[in-house]
Amino acid sequence: MSLRIVVTVKYVPDATGDRHFADDLTVDRDDVDGLLSELDEYAVEQALQISENSDDDVEITVLTVGPEDAKDALRKALSMGADKAIHVEDDDLHGTDAIGTSLVLAKAVEKAGYDLVISGMASTDGVMGVVPALLAERLGVPQVTLLSEVSVEDGTVKGRRDGDAASEQLEASLPAVVSVTDQSGEARYPSFKGIMAAKKKPVQSWDLSDLDLEAEEVGLEGAYTTVDSATERPARTAGTIVKDEGEGGKQLAAFLAERKFV
Amino acid sequence: MAEVLVYVDHVDGAVRKPTLELLTLARRIGEPVAVALGAGAADTAAALAEHGAVKVLTHEAAEYADYLVVPKVDALQAAHEAVSPAAVLVPSSAEGKEVAARLALRLGSGVITDAVDLEAGDEGPVATQSVFAAAYTTKSRVSKGTPVITVKPNSVAVEAAPAAGAVEALSVSFSEQATGTKVTGRTPRESTGRPELTEAAIVVSGGRGVNGAENFAVIEALADSLGAAVGASRAAVDAGWYPHTNQVGQTGKSVSPQLYIASGISGAIQHRAGMQTSKTIVAVNKDAEAPIFDLVDYGVVGDLFDVVPQLTEEIKARKG
Ligand SMILES: Cc1cc2nc3c(=O)[nH]c(=O)nc-3n(C[C@H](O)[C@H](O)[C@H](O)COP(=O)(O)OP(=O)(O)OC[C@H]3O[C@@H](n4cnc5c(N)ncnc54)[C@H](O)[C@@H]3O)c2cc1C
Ligand SMILES: Nc1ncnc2c1ncn2[C@@H]1O[C@H](COP(=O)(O)O)[C@@H](O)[C@H]1O
Repeated sequence: MSLRIVVTVKYVPDATGDRHFADDLTVDRDDVDGLLSELDEYAVEQALQISENSDDDVEITVLTVGPEDAKDALRKALSMGADKAIHVEDDDLHGTDAIGTSLVLAKAVEKAGYDLVISGMASTDGVMGVVPALLAERLGVPQVTLLSEVSVEDGTVKGRRDGDAASEQLEASLPAVVSVTDQSGEARYPSFKGIMAAKKKPVQSWDLSDLDLEAEEVGLEGAYTTVDSATERPARTAGTIVKDEGEGGKQLAAFLAERKFV
Repeated sequence: MAEVLVYVDHVDGAVRKPTLELLTLARRIGEPVAVALGAGAADTAAALAEHGAVKVLTHEAAEYADYLVVPKVDALQAAHEAVSPAAVLVPSSAEGKEVAARLALRLGSGVITDAVDLEAGDEGPVATQSVFAAAYTTKSRVSKGTPVITVKPNSVAVEAAPAAGAVEALSVSFSEQATGTKVTGRTPRESTGRPELTEAAIVVSGGRGVNGAENFAVIEALADSLGAAVGASRAAVDAGWYPHTNQVGQTGKSVSPQLYIASGISGAIQHRAGMQTSKTIVAVNKDAEAPIFDLVDYGVVGDLFDVVPQLTEEIKARKG
């Protein structure tokens, strides 16, 4: 038996950098360093663990939709231990929203061939957390999402989803789309050997025509949502800061009383 | 007047507060029609009517509890067909966002998640969002299909506005995908008796500076003196001092209370992402250089083990 896992990874602007919008109100990707979204490292990690715990032949493909530099994200995932990579890149993709991204990912996943898709819980720039659900809807396969624990055995994926009101045990047959949270287990660091090996691993590039997609279906033009304005939040007006000289708690209480919280 | 579908988040018929906020926002765009699913659905009607629901569409079936997400999408799609609404509003929980996204895809519509405000506009509802860890405020619209929008808790003050709230049975036929992901077990979260983190008016959080699970008693005592919910930074959660369900930040809960009190928390960007829209922010930290102080309305540079207990005592004394 073999198991084909596709891990979807996103290349995002560094959250600790100064992120802003470009003139067309898309995320500015030029002025800020990018990296593999930290939350997608957990997805790569779970794919590797499923592979290590399996008697089957497991092949892990990492897939990204993004600009030229997104190759860095693929390289990182390959150096962690994934087998090969697919980069969907096309100028017409600029400004694609979640609905459009899920379309491109679905086409690419189908073309690559898969038994299991593993995504992160959310991208660290958009933070929508909806692409995995959209992908499952498009592929017509079960969504087993937001798992803090995941395992695959005999064509069945099982996992634990810690929700607001309850912690749930989930189960579905493959093929399926899974997403994992940052509670699923620390992601490994690439080893030196891994980094060297990654240089020789295959990275395929696909554009829209490879996926039978038209430019109008994606990008800003194909977007289902329009951003009318983006304004920088005014800096919070500087607050009062006191040093505790034995009365700090009482001073704070007085402030809370003044603001009518007490 | 156009109708607006509101997805009802309820526990056995008890409507959760974010849904009442949605009804308040829905009335700015049209007439709210609520959709309540699963066990106890009909019991939600009174609360929904009191807050402006002209109609309450209900459907009870075991599928809603036994399978993940998709049965709810099927039901909302059926409600959409029945009502042809001007918009669909869903609470911004993890599940709410997934339901909304799949619904939008089926309707050929766009989806906006995590709105913090909503108003009527010439070209449909305009949603305000807070992005990049609240460094930016954006206004956006859905430009294709029926707008599907999820709204964060604590985005608007709930207003009562009595309406008919007539209960009608919704007829739903489940799709083939509905039973794809089975819920084989469920462990309800134990109630602490404190307010729900995302719904609370006041949140009191502790971080690595709390330095141990047992020391969280200091944070809890302050929270209880204020009737507040307890939050924690990821560092405190990862150390095993407090449950993950209480984590505030990018990969935890996003909160927007009237008052947020951070103790022993440095204020990393991922933490700020989950609390920066709080109305009043207060911090206690022994490091005067901690970035959290850039956000505060009031900050105390000092040891939390001195400041917080004194604050708790003073609050109790003032409340008599
Ligand atoms: C992808 C990703 C997602 C993340 N998601 C989240 C998230 O959802 N939520 C989150 O919180 N973090 C998140 N983080 C982690 C975040 O980057 C920080 O590591 C974390 O917020 C730090 O927690 P802290 O402030 O409690 O700890 P620290 O940064 O270690 O700060 C502890 C503070 O306590 C102060 N202190 C110590 N002792 C005392 C004392 N006795 N009295 C007063 N002050 C004291 C110190 O001066 C210090 O400022 C995420 C990180 C990544 C990469
Ligand atoms: N452009 C992209 N390329 C590859 N994967 C993506 C992309 N955008 C989102 N994803 C996947 O979908 C998950 C959720 O993203 P989001 O819904 O944007 O928060 C991410 O953790 C990724 O696994």
